[in-house]
Amino acid sequence: MPHIEVTDVSLAYDTPAGRVQGVKEASFAIEQSEFLCLVGPSGCGKSTLLNIIAGFLTPTGGEIRIGGKPVSGHGMDRGVVFQDFAQLFPWRTALGNVAFGLEMKGIGKEEREEIALKQLALVKLEKFAKAYPHHLSGGMQQRVAIARALAYNPSVLLMDEPFAALDALTRDDMQRLLADVWRETKKTVIYVTHNVSEAVYLADRVVVMTPHPGTVKIEVPIRMKRPRDPLSVEFLDHQKELLRHLGQQPAAAA
Amino acid sequence: MSIAALTSEGAERKERSDRFRSTWRAAATLIVVAAIYEAFARSGMFPPALLPTLPKIFNTLVASLLDGSMLVHAASTLYRVLFGLGLAIVVAIPLGILMARFKPIEHFVLPLASALMPIPSLAWVPVFILWFGLGNTVAIVIVFYAATFPMLLNTWSGVRAVNPLWLRAAGAMGAAETALFWKVIIPGASPFIITGVRQAFLRAWIAVVGAEMLAASDWGLGWVIYDAKEFLNTDLMMASLIVIGAIGFVFERLVFGSIEKATVARWGMVRAAKK
Repeated sequence: MPHIEVTDVSLAYDTPAGRVQGVKEASFAIEQSEFLCLVGPSGCGKSTLLNIIAGFLTPTGGEIRIGGKPVSGHGMDRGVVFQDFAQLFPWRTALGNVAFGLEMKGIGKEEREEIALKQLALVKLEKFAKAYPHHLSGGMQQRVAIARALAYNPSVLLMDEPFAALDALTRDDMQRLLADVWRETKKTVIYVTHNVSEAVYLADRVVVMTPHPGTVKIEVPIRMKRPRDPLSVEFLDHQKELLRHLGQQPAAAA
Repeated sequence: MSIAALTSEGAERKERSDRFRSTWRAAATLIVVAAIYEAFARSGMFPPALLPTLPKIFNTLVASLLDGSMLVHAASTLYRVLFGLGLAIVVAIPLGILMARFKPIEHFVLPLASALMPIPSLAWVPVFILWFGLGNTVAIVIVFYAATFPMLLNTWSGVRAVNPLWLRAAGAMGAAETALFWKVIIPGASPFIITGVRQAFLRAWIAVVGAEMLAASDWGLGWVIYDAKEFLNTDLMMASLIVIGAIGFVFERLVFGSIEKATVARWGMVRAAKK
C-alpha cells in the first residue's frame, strides 16, 4: 500500500473574476520513504496541492489518505517547511524553534532540548543552537526550519519551495544537505519546486503539473543513483525531458 | 566562537559607542539651555521671584528631597499612574486581543474607541470630580482613560500583524488554541504591545499631572505646582517640574528601554515595533 494516496483532489474557489479551478482532479501515490517532487510553473496549483496535503486547505473534491487513513486538517504525522524565512519564531532561539513541536507533544524540557540539539546537528547547526533567527543567514534559517519540521518525528515531510529565495550557491549546498538528511531519516517527502534541475537532483519521481486548471500532466521517474552529478549527460537528459513536458504547456493551453 | 556571537558582540560595541555619543549630545543641549535660562534669571529683566536662579531651584529641590516631602509627592503621583496604568493594561490588552480575534467585538469596540479617543482626558476631570469627588479616584480614572486607548489600538494592530505563517507552522506542529495564544500570538504581537504600554505610560504621565492640579488634595507633583503658585514659590514649582521630567525620563528610557532590549530588540523584531 502506498504511504500517501492523492485521489481526484480538486480545489475551486470563487474570485471576483469568477470561479477558478486551482487544482483539478489531481491523483498520484507516494511510496514509503519516497522523494516526490511536484514541478510546474506558477499558478499550476502545486503549492495549493501541498497545502491541501498539509491540511491547511480543504479540497472541494477528492480525498487524501496517509497510511490508508483519510486526512482532514493538519496533524503531527506531517512536518511542513515553507519558502519564507519568516516561518521561524523570531522570539525563540534556533533550539527553541526546533523544540516547539516536542513542547506541544508535552515532552519535558530536558528531553526535548536533547532531541532538538540532535536535529540541529542533522542540519549541521548545533553550534548555533542559542542563536536567534535574525542572527542566522537565510540558508541557516531554512535549515532550522527543516530541523523543526523533523523534530517531532512525523513520517511525512512537506516542503514548499524551501530554497527558492536563496542564492544559487547556497541552494546547491542546501540540496546536498537535504539529500543527506533524507537518506538518514528515510522520511516520505513531497517537495514543491519550479526548478527543474532541483527536481532532478532530489527526486525519485517527478510529478509535472500544468496550470489553468492545475492538473497533473505526467509522472517522470528519475532512476539515477545518488549522489547525482548535475553535469552528467543522464542528468541533463532528465532535465530536458521535464522542460519538454513543461514547455509544451503554452501550445496545449492555446 | 561562533560567527553570530562575533557579529552580535560587534553590534553591541557599536551600540555602546552610539549611546555614549547620544548621551553627550543630550547633555550638551541641556547645558546650553540651562546657561541661557541662568543668563535670563540673572539679567534683572524679570523679577527674581518669578524667575529663580538655578542654584536656588537646586537648593529647593535638595531640601524637598531631604525632608521627604518631594518623595511623598512623587510617590503619590507614581501610585496614581501605576494603579491607573495597571488597570488599563488588565482591560486594554485582553480587549485588544479579543477585538483582533473576534469580529463582533471589533465592530462593537472600535466605534466606541474612535468616539472616545479624541476627547482629551483632562476634559473629563470636572465630570469625574462630580462623580467621584476630589482625590485619588479621579486621578486614577483619568490615567486609566488616557492609557487605555493607545494600549488597546496597539494590541489590536499587533495581533492582526502576527505573521499567519507562524500560526500555520505552529498549527502543523500540533499547537492547540491555548498554546497558539500564549506561545505564538502574544510573543508575535509583543512589539506592538510593548509600544502600546510605552505610549500609554507617556499619556498617563501627562494626564496625571493635570488631573492632580484640578482634582487632587494635598499630595502629588501636579498638586505641588498648583499649590506653590498660590505662594509664589516658583523655585518649588521648577523643582517639581524637574522631578516630573526626571521620573518620566527614567521610565521611558530605563524601564521600557530595558524591557524592549530584553525582548523585541533581542529577537530582531524592533523594526516591526517602530513601524
